[in-house]
Amino acid sequence: MPASTKAPIATATSKAVKTGSWRVIRPVFDLDKCSGCLTCWKFCPDVAVEIVDGRPKVNYDYCKGCGICANECPKKCVKMIRQELE
Amino acid sequence: MRKLMTGDHAAAYAAKLARVQVVPVYPITPQTAIVEKLSTFAANGDMQAKMIDVESEHTAMAACISASTAGARTFTATSSQGLSLMHELLFWASGSRLPIVMAEVSRALAPPWSIWADHLDVISERDTGWIQIFCESNQEVLDTILMLYRLCEMEDVMLPAMAIMDAFVLSHTMEPVQIPGQHRVDEFLPPYSPEFVLKAGTPAVFGSVAKPDTYAEFRRGIDVGMRTAAKRLVEVEEECQRKLGRSYGGLIEEYRCDGADVVLIANGSVVSTARYVVNQMRQEGKKVGLVKLRAFRPFPASELVKVIGSKSTVGVLDRSYSFGNGGALFTEVRGAAYGRAGAPRIKDYVAGIGGRDITPEVLRAVFDDLLNGPRGQSDIAWVGLKDEPLIKGIGGERDG
Repeated sequence: MPASTKAPIATATSKAVKTGSWRVIRPVFDLDKCSGCLTCWKFCPDVAVEIVDGRPKVNYDYCKGCGICANECPKKCVKMIRQELE
Repeated sequence: MRKLMTGDHAAAYAAKLARVQVVPVYPITPQTAIVEKLSTFAANGDMQAKMIDVESEHTAMAACISASTAGARTFTATSSQGLSLMHELLFWASGSRLPIVMAEVSRALAPPWSIWADHLDVISERDTGWIQIFCESNQEVLDTILMLYRLCEMEDVMLPAMAIMDAFVLSHTMEPVQIPGQHRVDEFLPPYSPEFVLKAGTPAVFGSVAKPDTYAEFRRGIDVGMRTAAKRLVEVEEECQRKLGRSYGGLIEEYRCDGADVVLIANGSVVSTARYVVNQMRQEGKKVGLVKLRAFRPFPASELVKVIGSKSTVGVLDRSYSFGNGGALFTEVRGAAYGRAGAPRIKDYVAGIGGRDITPEVLRAVFDDLLNGPRGQSDIAWVGLKDEPLIKGIGGERDG
């Protein structure tokens, strides 16, 4: 197919597109309060919540800081903290 | 087979002959008869297509995009407000490089409410990346839809297109239409087989983000596809002539322009009336000619300039108007001619708005105005307004 008629279709994964730099607030988990229900993992729209030993761990390469995990957590163990300028 | 039929039914027969596979539809006057006929074809088993009833034109186009992404030959039809409601998704179709073909019955936009012929619905979608072809007759509607599938599915085009017919003048008026045999259409139009399709087993990302470092190339690609379509349409017309026995000259058609002092550029069904008037006036020794503008996108700038470059005065008949500026055909024709040595005086005649008849008398007055040469300061005139001279320049107003 000529380059000029290439449709915007990606056959590779979007892993290379790191969107973490868009974030202005970051989720910080208090794992002492976490029950391991993994509601955060289910709701994360960017699949940025990973599971390590049955507990959530945020991948900050992709987390855009939307706060849905904090909103959905039934134990209220996620705090959204303003990013320090680095 | 020759049959007497409306433009709407000609569009439906064309979709059936093109062996379309998915037809998402929402009814709107005066387009409804197209999807009614297609529903009948599908219900009777005369056409192997999935009809999808949806709740709006926005959804109809969304379903077209999904079906086309899955590799189906896809058809829909709409008009006026329905096309406007599709607006956002028209960009998704062209940006995704999907060769969806649509029958568009051009009709005025409200308010005040009007269901009659007017091109503003189509002109307003000028920049969506859709190929736009205006048809003059019901036969041309049928042939154009077949040609557009052939054109749009070419791998160096891959763009959606609309075949446009004037509300009621074509959509609801019967004319004899030659329906080509299915085997001949099959020879002209091979099955659609795109390089990428959405299917299980071959995952891909459709509609993802393009950051500033990649977006511009995709947009330029649409333009290249569009400009390639201008060349390919001429080839498709030749192939159509060979295989189906008819063609329409490609992007524009010159009618008696040889030796003409003045030329009128027009599109849609009024071209037939204009042919009649040109013939009459030529018999009277008046040197008038006509250019039928078949394609609006891609815009045939160089083809037009070749024809009008040597004329003294050129008129453009606009069945729509860009408020605060002028008719869209007029401004584009003038843009095409700008800076060329000996460019003609170009005048805009805004006529037929909201289905007002453009009679032979009206066109004769337009040609006479052109033959009489430039009068007054105004290059833009509205034609046939109540309680006004037949041709009324907007002179005196700013930039008129």
